[in-house]
Amino acid sequence: MSTNSVINFVDAVAVYNGYPALAGVTIRVERNEIVLLQGPNGAGKSTLLRACAGLIPVIRGTANVLGHDLTIDRESVRERVGLLGHQNGLFGELTIEENVSFWSTVVGASTEERNSAMERMAIDGKLAGRRVSELSAGQKRRCALACLVVRRAELWLLDEPHAGLDAKGRDEIDRIVKEATASGATIVVASHEIERAQQLATRTISLVSGQVRDSQ
Amino acid sequence: MSTSRIARAVAAKDLRIEMRSRVVTNQVLPFSGLVMIMFAFALDNDDVLQRVAGGLVWLATLFSLFIVVQRTFAVETFDGALDALRVAGVNPQGIFIGKAIALFVQLIVLESVLFISAVVLYRVNVNGSGLVLLVTCVLCATAGLAFVGTLYGGLTAGARGRETLLPLLLLPVVAPVLICATRATESAFRSGGLTVGEGWPWVAVLAVFAAVFGLGGLLSFSSLIEE
Repeated sequence: MSTNSVINFVDAVAVYNGYPALAGVTIRVERNEIVLLQGPNGAGKSTLLRACAGLIPVIRGTANVLGHDLTIDRESVRERVGLLGHQNGLFGELTIEENVSFWSTVVGASTEERNSAMERMAIDGKLAGRRVSELSAGQKRRCALACLVVRRAELWLLDEPHAGLDAKGRDEIDRIVKEATASGATIVVASHEIERAQQLATRTISLVSGQVRDSQ
Repeated sequence: MSTSRIARAVAAKDLRIEMRSRVVTNQVLPFSGLVMIMFAFALDNDDVLQRVAGGLVWLATLFSLFIVVQRTFAVETFDGALDALRVAGVNPQGIFIGKAIALFVQLIVLESVLFISAVVLYRVNVNGSGLVLLVTCVLCATAGLAFVGTLYGGLTAGARGRETLLPLLLLPVVAPVLICATRATESAFRSGGLTVGEGWPWVAVLAVFAAVFGLGGLLSFSSLIEE
C-alpha cells in the first residue's frame, strides 16, 4: 500500500441488512484527494462510506483506512474519520452553540476551536442562539459540518452533502470542502448532484450493485 | 477524553433537552399521577390502599420508566446522533454513565411526585427511621432502574418495533427491583405490621442489582450500540 493511501479496499465485501451491499469493492484514495462516489440508488455508496467509518464490518477482502485494518479493528479509525450521512447528528431542542459545544466537549476540542468552526460555517453571532429544530436544511447542514470541523477529522466522508440545500447552501458546502482539503483533509463525497460534485472532485468512482464499475 | 468529562457532557445534554421538551413534566408525570388516581378509584379502600401503596408507586414508576427510556434514546436516534457519537470514537462507557445519570435524575423527580401523591391520596405515614429506609431504597432502586434502562435502551435503540420490544425485554429484568423496592417501601410505611428493620435486606438486594447492572453496562454498552 502506498504511504499516501488513505483508503485501500481490495475485493472488500460488506453485508448490510442481510444483503451484500459491497460485493468485492476495490478502491484506493490518496491523501488530499476529493473523490466523488456516484451510482444509482442501492449501488452501495452509503455502505462504502459507513464501512470506511468503521460502522459496518467488512467480512472479506482487504479494508485499510488511515493505516487501520478494518477487518481486525473497526473502532480505532473512528477518531480520525468524520462521517456526515443523510442525518446531521444534531439535537433539535438544543441551540447551534449548544450542539457544537457538546460535540467539542466529547471529542476534546477547545473553546477556540469551537468558536473558529462556528465562524467558518457562518453560524456564529445571533444564529448561534437559535434552536436546531427551527433552522433551515442548509443551516442544519452547516451546523453538522461545524461539528465535523471541531473533530479535526483527517478523512471526511460526505453522503449527499448537497441534498435539500438551495444554490447558496450548495456553494457553501463546496467552499467548506475545498477549505478542508486545503488544510490537509481527504474527502470522499457520495452525491447524485453529478455536475456540481464533478467540478469539486479530483476523481470519480462509479459504483453499481456493490462493485466499482469505473474509476477516472 | 476522560470518561467522566464525556459522562458529564452527555448527562447535561440529556437534562437540558428534557428541560426544553418537558416530556417528563408534561407527559410522564401526568400519566403516572393518573395511574395513582386510577388505582385509588379501583381499590377504593383506605386500608387496602395503605397496604399496597408501595407496590403501586413502584408499578407506576416502571410504567413511566419505559416512556422515559424510549424518549432518552429517541433523541439520540432521531437525527443519527448515536451513530455520530460512535463514528467520533466517543468512549461508550462515558455515554452509558451520562445517560444513566440523566435517567436517574428524571426518575428521582418522578418518584418524588409519586411518593407525595401516595401520602396525599393513600394517606400513608412514614416516621424518621422509615424515611431513611425509604430514601436509601429509592436511591438504590432508581440507580438499578437507570442502569438497566440505559442498557436495554441502547440495545433496542436501533431495532425495529423498539416501542414494544423495550417493555417486553425490560419488564422481566426489572421484576426484582419491583419486588425488593415494594417490600422495602412497605417496611418504611410499616404496612401490614412490618417493621423498618425488615426493609434493609431488600435494600441490600437493590444495591447489588444496581452494582451488577452498572458494571455489566460499563462492560457491554459498547457492543450493544454497535450494529
